[in-house]
Amino acid sequence: MFWNLPYFTVVILTFIAILTILTKKNLVKVLLGINILESAVNLLIISIGYREGGVAPIFTLAPSTNMVLPTPQALVLTSIVIGVATSALLLSFTMVIYRKYGSVDVEKMRELRE
Amino acid sequence: MITDFVIKNAPILVVAIPLIGAFLCPLVARISPMWRKTWVLGVVTVTSLIAILLASIVLTQGTVIYVFGASTSNLTVPIDSGGIPIRIIFTVDAMSAAMEVIMAMIGFSVILYSMSADQERSSLEQYYTLFLLLICSVMGMVTTGDLFNFFVFLEISSMASAGLVAYRVEKGRAIEAAIKYFIVSTIAAIFFLFAIAILYGQYNALNIAMLAQRLQFTLIDKIALILIVMALSTKCGAVPMHFWTPDAYSLAPSSVTAMLVVVSLASLYALFRFVFTMYGLTLSYVTIGWVLITLGVLSMVIGVTMAIPQKDVQRLIAYQGISQIGYMLLGMGVGLAVLGNPAQLSSFGIIAMEGGIFHIINHAIYEGLLFLTAGSIIYRIGTRDLDKMGGLGHSMKYTMIFFMIGVLAIAGVPPFNGFASKLLIYESVYLFNPVLAIIALVVSILTLASFVKVFHSIFMGPRLLEYAGVREAPLPMLIGMGILAVLIVVFGFFPQVVVNTIVAPAAQALVNQGGYLSVILGGR
Repeated sequence: MFWNLPYFTVVILTFIAILTILTKKNLVKVLLGINILESAVNLLIISIGYREGGVAPIFTLAPSTNMVLPTPQALVLTSIVIGVATSALLLSFTMVIYRKYGSVDVEKMRELRE
Repeated sequence: MITDFVIKNAPILVVAIPLIGAFLCPLVARISPMWRKTWVLGVVTVTSLIAILLASIVLTQGTVIYVFGASTSNLTVPIDSGGIPIRIIFTVDAMSAAMEVIMAMIGFSVILYSMSADQERSSLEQYYTLFLLLICSVMGMVTTGDLFNFFVFLEISSMASAGLVAYRVEKGRAIEAAIKYFIVSTIAAIFFLFAIAILYGQYNALNIAMLAQRLQFTLIDKIALILIVMALSTKCGAVPMHFWTPDAYSLAPSSVTAMLVVVSLASLYALFRFVFTMYGLTLSYVTIGWVLITLGVLSMVIGVTMAIPQKDVQRLIAYQGISQIGYMLLGMGVGLAVLGNPAQLSSFGIIAMEGGIFHIINHAIYEGLLFLTAGSIIYRIGTRDLDKMGGLGHSMKYTMIFFMIGVLAIAGVPPFNGFASKLLIYESVYLFNPVLAIIALVVSILTLASFVKVFHSIFMGPRLLEYAGVREAPLPMLIGMGILAVLIVVFGFFPQVVVNTIVAPAAQALVNQGGYLSVILGGR
């Protein structure tokens, strides 16, 4: 039960993120929702790779051979880097939108609704 | 020596050359604009040549694999790894090779076209950096045999294409379209990562072949499948998730739009790859087949009905594109629905899949051509509103001919390539379920009807006063469009040759899951 806590956190974070993305009108808050969703996935991958009482997967002078899985950590590292790039691009789009429309409210971006 | 090196490393060179070319582009552009042009053209030419070489190797010698970081490039399962392919493996089978060749050809003609279409714009070195990055990412999406690697390429393609859609940053609407597209595709990619996490947690592998071998199709695998289908059909713009396509397609520069079509087709390829090769017979193929068929029919009908009232020419072509995506989903869906029934599969299922794959190839060509011709009209007269156009047939004869070829191909009129692939789909789908074939036929007629209207309002009628000084599009643009038009006509006249050399092996590669597995996991 206790070891399932990370998975419950993932579920809660996912719901918070999806609610944020669907209900918020402020573009910056929507982007925060996307970031939370990313963190939820990252947490899920890391917790899949965790082994109870495991040590870091470095073989030199390892105290025991009970190690956590190295692949998920590599995946999450890559995914975090991608997440940073995504957020940067999205935020710079938001900046330009604020300059053009004077607002970051999604309701006010209606030039494309025809 | 150099040929040996290229042949040995072809799968990675197709991805690496555009990648390196992309990031060197701003440096080269510092010398002079002429150098930049030569550099970009050189990079796409070399990429296309290697893609064609790779395809010829694959078609003569069977699937090519490339293992990263191994002592030999075909050592898929290291001896001390416990039977798991731990390294990233590029797997190029007939299906991937067909996609690569077609993408390389489109990329080449689009770059040629964009050389003069976009030369007036500012910061072109960043533009071409993103462009080459986009080519690199679609090439990676169709070659990789690793789930996480695919995710990385998917994100690169989203980023590069969002940057390109937003390229005309002085227009607020372009940014609006780009942010819409990017938010949607980021969320889709995150859900795809969820699916990867689920599959990795269950089966401890990321390689598609390894996963295919171990897959049990438990409840959790079904969730992963739903996430994958949802994410990738969002990226390719099938109907319930199509809302970003018209905006992004109509506000991007035309050359970018033609590339966005290629990106959506790469996502479609990936959808089929995961459904057929990774899940294969373990999934309830009848249900999933019908899901694809339903998505396809919805896309066909809604796409074409939304296209008819459009006033913006690029938006109209975008909606028509959604409706054509429906044909591919229909063909492949029928193939999937009869996957477990060898008699039906060999009598019409495999033909439906051949039709679907052939239509993917044809769609990339004629949809690209239509966007390029629309772009050259907009380039010359400066408006995209159909009501304001008219009488351009007098001054833009070649553009008119190219547009006509594209229209006849998309509507499935013989002897153009769209007819050949649609005929395969009609014939085989009719044997599966006559109603579906009739819907497909009617949609085709509606497509033709709406394009007749467009053609009339752009080119026909008397010469308009305000367009008196309009000239033919510049030569590089005409060459770019001409390559695609020639391909349409050649594919239309010799469909059997194309089907036999490229399409049939690709369909076989998708159906033959065991062949894919044995290449990676041994046991040949």
